[in-house]
Amino acid sequence: MAKELWKGNEAIAEAAIRAGCDCFFGYPITPQSEVPEYLSLHMPQHGKVFVQAESEVAAINMVYGAAASGMRAMTSSSSPGISLKQEGISYLTASELPCVIVNCMRGGPGLGTIQPGQSDYYQATRGGGNGDYRTICLAPCNIQEAVDLMQEAFDIADTYRNPVMVLMDGLTGQMMEPIEWREIPKRELPAKDWATTGKHGRDHTNFINSLYMVPEECDAHNAHLLEKCALMAEKEVRCEAVKCDDAEIVITAYGTPARIALTALDVLRAEGVKAGLFRPITLWPFPEKELHTLAGQDSVKAVLDVEMSAGGQMIDDIRLAVLGQKPVSYYGRAGGVIPTVEEIVEAAKKALKEAE
Amino acid sequence: MAIVYQKSKGLTDAELHYCPGCHHGIVHKLVAEVLEEMGLLDEAIGVCPVGCSVFAFRYFNCDMQQAAHGRAPAVATGIKRTHPNQPVFTYQGDGDLASIGAAEIVHAAMRGEKFTTIFINNAIYGMTGGQMAPTTLIGQKATTCQLGRTVEQAGMPMRVSELLSTMDGCVYAERVCVTDIANLNKAKKAIRKAFEKQMAGEGFTFVEVLSTCPTNWGMSPLKANQWLKDNMVPYYPLGVIKEV
Repeated sequence: MAKELWKGNEAIAEAAIRAGCDCFFGYPITPQSEVPEYLSLHMPQHGKVFVQAESEVAAINMVYGAAASGMRAMTSSSSPGISLKQEGISYLTASELPCVIVNCMRGGPGLGTIQPGQSDYYQATRGGGNGDYRTICLAPCNIQEAVDLMQEAFDIADTYRNPVMVLMDGLTGQMMEPIEWREIPKRELPAKDWATTGKHGRDHTNFINSLYMVPEECDAHNAHLLEKCALMAEKEVRCEAVKCDDAEIVITAYGTPARIALTALDVLRAEGVKAGLFRPITLWPFPEKELHTLAGQDSVKAVLDVEMSAGGQMIDDIRLAVLGQKPVSYYGRAGGVIPTVEEIVEAAKKALKEAE
Repeated sequence: MAIVYQKSKGLTDAELHYCPGCHHGIVHKLVAEVLEEMGLLDEAIGVCPVGCSVFAFRYFNCDMQQAAHGRAPAVATGIKRTHPNQPVFTYQGDGDLASIGAAEIVHAAMRGEKFTTIFINNAIYGMTGGQMAPTTLIGQKATTCQLGRTVEQAGMPMRVSELLSTMDGCVYAERVCVTDIANLNKAKKAIRKAFEKQMAGEGFTFVEVLSTCPTNWGMSPLKANQWLKDNMVPYYPLGVIKEV
């Protein structure tokens, strides 16, 4: 199929329609506003629902209502708006409701900046709201991958009855690049016989709830959610290793920094430094075993984590995976500043030198 | 033997957890009877709040969702927009609706969302133990205004029906109470009219039910009924606030 030039946010929105999204509930915030803008026009044209909510809080609760009544529901926002959605995401996960949440990250904390950031890794991978839970977190590094992952995002959500977050940075949302619309294999999905669709002759009522007054019942519910997490961790891990076979320095990065790191690999290798890239595509579940194995490889002398975050957030998971086998160092910029190829090259050389 | 009265098919057999004298049980019954009489039980999707009626999903014999505190109108929007031909309702208390959920109810009314909200106004937070609500009357004691609510500290109580009636999308708002049979019958008619207007696709419909909370008011059920009539009704006048 011929390639088409698309803006990231609009491509994601179009991909959601193609993935069978029934309804979208959103609220404006830079740098993701093109998602609701695109869907406000195109969802009704496909006979689908678009509502501009009064707040991010309302939008995620509209998602709750629609998802609980059996619909493929989606919302999108950017960092401060995603913070507002956390209550709803906790309820959605507790009530086992599938949905897709796109987070087009900007720099923080607070109002931060409207420029790209990756400072919400903890929030995206540790639950984010109250309680013990996880949401699957998919982190595309370019528009093609973002588009390809949308069908999977909805399917994964439906498979596990769990929210899925598509976590990208503002750069992926705002840039334009050529993509092609590929046919993504659809999964076989369980029937939504739990949904509150109206009884329609059913001999019992369906209800959606996350409140348990009896401690043992709430404990059992938590155990059930934990079992589901174990299953997702077993089945859904995705990652990519580039030029790692002989790598002496492994750069770990996701999203935009991973793309920049790819160029840094070429520069480093041209200078005789054997550099590789390890890129988690699922941030949760994190590709822990894969990175552990790679770090244990004889050729690897050091690991350098690169993020658009002040002190690094994914680096915690990197260290837990590497488990002290090799030294792990960090290079990052925050507040909307994007690391350059030269900075990554220098940081890689420094990390290698310190390891030696 | 002729059956002269029986429990509505709109209610399950679950035992209610409400305190003696609380009006929730009566209002549940009225909503259930209206849904049954209109033949809507098989189609209806309800949303219960955070508050004393958080477990309403156990009592209504229709599909139900339990929403986060105050968010029921947003949840109902998500349901109704994707199920436009089915009856959808929220059942919310005054802490839930008038305080933390003020934005959600106002904007649902503004958009003219075609669902029905049953609003239980008992002038206090029930489940959390009797704190001041936006609807607590001036001088009324609560655990967070132990000497009585003052205007200086908390402003005047909010009249939600009047507020929502200013929205063009709100086609029906009526305030009722269930302290006696005559008022109970009026309340049922109001609830029925709200659902009828919803099913006719007219817009957002709202029924405010003044209710007692004997436990947190510190009164017997009978005294609470009288207190409602003497104190709440003068500030929250009964009747149709808006009908389009």
